[in-house]
Amino acid sequence: MRTRSRLAALALALCPAQGAGAQDLGDAARGETLFRHCKACHQVGQGARDRVGPHLNNLFGRRAGAHEGFRYSKDMMRAASGGLEWHADTLHIYIENPKNLVSGTRMSFDGLPDARDRADLLAYLRRFSADPSDIPEADPTATGTDHTVDPEILAIVGDPEYGEYLSSECTTCHRADGGDSGIPSITLWPEEDFVIAMHAYKNQYRAHPVMRMIAGRLSDDEIAALAAYFGSLDQ
Amino acid sequence: MTFNRRAFIGTAAAAMTLSAPMVRAASHGKPRVVIVGGGAGGATAARYIAKDSEGEIDVLLIEPTKTYYTCFFSNLVIGGFRTIDSIAHSYGTLASEYGVNVVHDWAVGVDRDARTVALAGGGSVPYDKLILSPGIDFVDGAVPGWDVTAQNAMPHAYKAGSQTALLKAQVEAMPEGGTFVMVAPPNPFRCPPGPYERISMVAHALKQTNPTAKIIIADPKANFSKQGLFEEGWEQHYAGMITRIGPDFGGQNVTVNPAEMTVDIDGEVIKADACNVIPAQKAGRIAELAGVTEGNWAPVNPTDMSSKADPDIYVLGDAAAQGDMPKSGFSANSQAKVCANAVRGALTGSRVFPAKYANTCWSLIATDDGVKVGAAYEPTAEKIASVDSFISQNDEDAATRKTTYQESLGWYDGITTDMFG
Repeated sequence: MRTRSRLAALALALCPAQGAGAQDLGDAARGETLFRHCKACHQVGQGARDRVGPHLNNLFGRRAGAHEGFRYSKDMMRAASGGLEWHADTLHIYIENPKNLVSGTRMSFDGLPDARDRADLLAYLRRFSADPSDIPEADPTATGTDHTVDPEILAIVGDPEYGEYLSSECTTCHRADGGDSGIPSITLWPEEDFVIAMHAYKNQYRAHPVMRMIAGRLSDDEIAALAAYFGSLDQ
Repeated sequence: MTFNRRAFIGTAAAAMTLSAPMVRAASHGKPRVVIVGGGAGGATAARYIAKDSEGEIDVLLIEPTKTYYTCFFSNLVIGGFRTIDSIAHSYGTLASEYGVNVVHDWAVGVDRDARTVALAGGGSVPYDKLILSPGIDFVDGAVPGWDVTAQNAMPHAYKAGSQTALLKAQVEAMPEGGTFVMVAPPNPFRCPPGPYERISMVAHALKQTNPTAKIIIADPKANFSKQGLFEEGWEQHYAGMITRIGPDFGGQNVTVNPAEMTVDIDGEVIKADACNVIPAQKAGRIAELAGVTEGNWAPVNPTDMSSKADPDIYVLGDAAAQGDMPKSGFSANSQAKVCANAVRGALTGSRVFPAKYANTCWSLIATDDGVKVGAAYEPTAEKIASVDSFISQNDEDAATRKTTYQESLGWYDGITTDMFG
């Protein structure tokens, strides 16, 4: 628990006057709206599954990097072995700027600089944790993806060797080792999420102009091939 | 319904293997690829061929410098946003992790019949496939009064490193209210937005320490890359500081006198306190020595970057005449990966996939004011042709511009990792 107490002290030092310390519950309704920042990668609520990021049910009290079946970054595993646990204080620090706490995390998120936003978001998230207990029995699943893709497209089995070749176009910007300063990490995503994201760009549902262009000329099979390749990379 | 890409490609690859049998050099056990030039094209090609062939191909990289300074982001050094050390890279990882044989020497000749490359240090190396990625050299006499002996007085800073540091120092040493002159190059040249990003960075540096200084650009071109974005940014950040003299006012009619530090623009003589001469450009000299150039550049086939003059030679990056792609590090890196796939296929029978090319150029106008332009390209019968493009918009908010700048930082990490490992 040494890590946690050190981080807790840091959390207090970082936001002493903002009244949004670890004990502040925040406004869960507002937090639900803020969760839109997270939804592209995380699910929470009934039936939530791991996507690009792990699901966030029972997050409070969970040891970092310990959620079974999810492939974490090396740095997250290192932080976990150093004793990092997720509580309101550590989550505050992490959400403010993930890389400040776990420098090599694959979580591609700039952070919420406003302490009130963080408190509200955490108030929302702790509704889905047994400790502190507040699991809403019939809360609907917060969906993790921003649009749907034809099941036939999702069913395409990608050719990883072709994907490896195609990936060389991606690695001009996205690092193959999963590092992400300024440009998000795209390694170790579930294939389905990768395919959905690429089709969201291809169909102009997502805004980024470079990605619209790159995805726009990839065929359904090529997107499946890329998903297969990136999903298969080691950390 | 699931379309089976694997079976389809497998058939195609088998057919291709029959028509392109494996090549084995007589002189040694493994096929050898020699690459001349360790920049965005050559380093990328070396890394990909070595990595993907898993030891089946000998990769030998000839590059004279032991420390490579990327031209991209060198303007940011002049602006004070990066240190010179932060754009320096070594070839150590290519050698130690990927087994590339890095030879620090100049390639001074190519014997295409014998398939050997002569080295300045003596001797020669045989190749099965030769990849030339030599970047640019300057056209002799392009700017009357200037040659490389004048590059200390009037730096080009268009090959990064000592020239970058020199130009930065000269900008910093300008007297209060002094004049910076840039002689901009005619098309085509390396990094189309480069001169104008540089103007932005010089203006940024001067605004901090010497805000009454003036900047004059003599430009032979009527238009330039991202012109609307740059001009809007200059007005916003550096109002009244920058004057551009285009061809309608004689911007192409320039003579310099490095001894006197004067620049004659269409008959008007200007005293310069710092002067950046970026001459007209041509393919790096080894391309000409290899006999694969036509005019100033080396024509290539759009499907695989092979030379139109010799099927065993490939030309990457700035030196190549390929069609619509701009001469940029991003383009060279993109071309290198298509070429690496083709070369490996020709030498080992590995699968060859269709060429796809892309480019994006980010430029920084002021602190956190980043813009970008880019396009996707595909081979046609005649050339590499642009199929889709985008550009930053004039009225973007500050958050978008900041994100674009941060994205460029991410890209820098990405591409340099892709080049050097």
